[in-house]
Amino acid sequence: MESKNLNGRVLKNRVMKTLFFSATVIALVFLVLLFYRVLSQGWGYLNWNYITSFPAPYPEEAGIWPGMIGSLMLMGVVAVVAVTIGISTAIYLEEYSPKNKLADFIRVNIQNLAGVPSIVFGLLGLTFFVYLFGIGYRLLAGGLTMALLILPVVVVSSQEALRSVPTEVKEASYGMGASKWQTIVRVILPAALPGILTGIILSLSRGIGETAPLIIVGAATAIYTLPDSLLSKYTVMPIQIYKWTARPQEEWQFVAAAGIIVLLIILLLMNAIAVWIRNKYQTRY
Amino acid sequence: MSRVSTTSSQTVDVRSLLENKRSKKLKMRKLENIIPYLLLLSALVSILTTAGILFTLLRETFGFFSEVSFVEFYTGTNWSPWSGEFGVLPLIGGTLLITVIATLVAVPLGLMSAIFLSEYASERVRKVIKPILEILAGIPTVVYGYFALTFITPILQAIIPGLSIFNALSGGIVVGVMIVPMVASLSEDAMNAVPNSLREGAYALGATRLEVAMKVVVPAALSGIIAAIVLAISRAIGETMIVTIAAGATPNLTMNPAESVQTMTAFIVQAATGDTTYGSIIYYSLYAVGITLFVFTMLMNLLSQYISRKFREEY
Repeated sequence: MESKNLNGRVLKNRVMKTLFFSATVIALVFLVLLFYRVLSQGWGYLNWNYITSFPAPYPEEAGIWPGMIGSLMLMGVVAVVAVTIGISTAIYLEEYSPKNKLADFIRVNIQNLAGVPSIVFGLLGLTFFVYLFGIGYRLLAGGLTMALLILPVVVVSSQEALRSVPTEVKEASYGMGASKWQTIVRVILPAALPGILTGIILSLSRGIGETAPLIIVGAATAIYTLPDSLLSKYTVMPIQIYKWTARPQEEWQFVAAAGIIVLLIILLLMNAIAVWIRNKYQTRY
Repeated sequence: MSRVSTTSSQTVDVRSLLENKRSKKLKMRKLENIIPYLLLLSALVSILTTAGILFTLLRETFGFFSEVSFVEFYTGTNWSPWSGEFGVLPLIGGTLLITVIATLVAVPLGLMSAIFLSEYASERVRKVIKPILEILAGIPTVVYGYFALTFITPILQAIIPGLSIFNALSGGIVVGVMIVPMVASLSEDAMNAVPNSLREGAYALGATRLEVAMKVVVPAALSGIIAAIVLAISRAIGETMIVTIAAGATPNLTMNPAESVQTMTAFIVQAATGDTTYGSIIYYSLYAVGITLFVFTMLMNLLSQYISRKFREEY
């Protein structure tokens, strides 16, 4: 009687373990299917011509070149704005802010901003950057919108990196007669730099895949000249992919899949660089 | 101090050096005093962003409600803005339908994965599987949209005859897959935070792994798990590209997952893609829908924070 009950419980444990394992595998299977689908559809269309061509009315001639350049230029704007403001905010919160209500408010606010849907940032950009500031549907408006979108991620990851610098290192610097700012610039920031860089690259890789807010602030769907200034019309890779996916003919799906391969390779490279920096330069205290 | 030097010319040198040093120090100190304020300025950008979001949403929504009545907007069941019908319920219904499907996919998969990783998997297996699972969270949503439309939908069409190309089911399933890592990862963190002494106590009483997981670990980590689920639901509500691509653009007050629906986010994309002139009623409607979406997600986020703060078990 007793042992029968025990066997039942052990059996139940085995069955459920298999179930839990299968659930994990199912999630991974989706990932494999997704990669398989993208590669099998897009590989045939991916060639040098595709990478260096402009959009075209025929699938065989279409290319992702303006999207790649647009994405890179957009990330340039985003990096400059989000990095300056993000790191300054993180330094303020970690090193300067007194434990008062304002600092708490800023912290809570950043946490909440991270939960706002990206499309709402698009609406913010549309009112402020496109219309009130009069920038129009230009690269700068998209860049500023995207910078605000990834700002919370940059701040939080920079804060974590700054926090990981041990107090002894700071105290040693103060003990040598360095001022607070000298300590921050010459001791804390260099020590935290690998962590900060990793966080920034990961935030940018989130930004490079974002589509919705850029549709709202008017990234063009097809352009035939490269953007040459901050006030140029532009498009980005995800928007080109979206437009190709939305077309009914099957050939355009292949064109979209080829674009996805390019996008995923760029994301993979960025993540690899982030991991490499973390492993190579991160000092464990 | 002047004793340091032997000749008078050198004395002057030391003095000017000291003087120099002192003025430099003074400059430094002035700079040191300004720096916190400069940094505070950049910290205020995040507050300005929030204020800006609230300002834009409220201002344009007021513009909208000066032309369309509040009651009509929130009780109307017909959404066809280009012919002047502004009842937002079909869009809210579409969003909820997608969210329910996504939750039905993500919660079982995510929770079971979390239990497997936290309670059954060896350290080595966990270190391999968890990062791979998190790749799912890093894939751009437009890629998921493509996957839903060109892969999941045809499979579903083979299973369910007569299913239209654009349907809530396909989009909902893929949104669910997208938020699996969020549920799994955050729940696993919560379970990991349960101290081993509790597990060992249960094992000592003869409990199986399953009993430890279900009767000790999950209840102890419940606040974290629920907070994770709520946060994931909030993400599903705000998800845009997957539903825009796969669920279609038919405002439709239905709970039938085989039909095409339009979510709040998908409408915003549709209206912004067309030529929407500044100040037109369509332009204002973007913001009325946007603020509704914003309130939904904000409530979920606050609920999640409240649950994890209020019901946290401290060990």
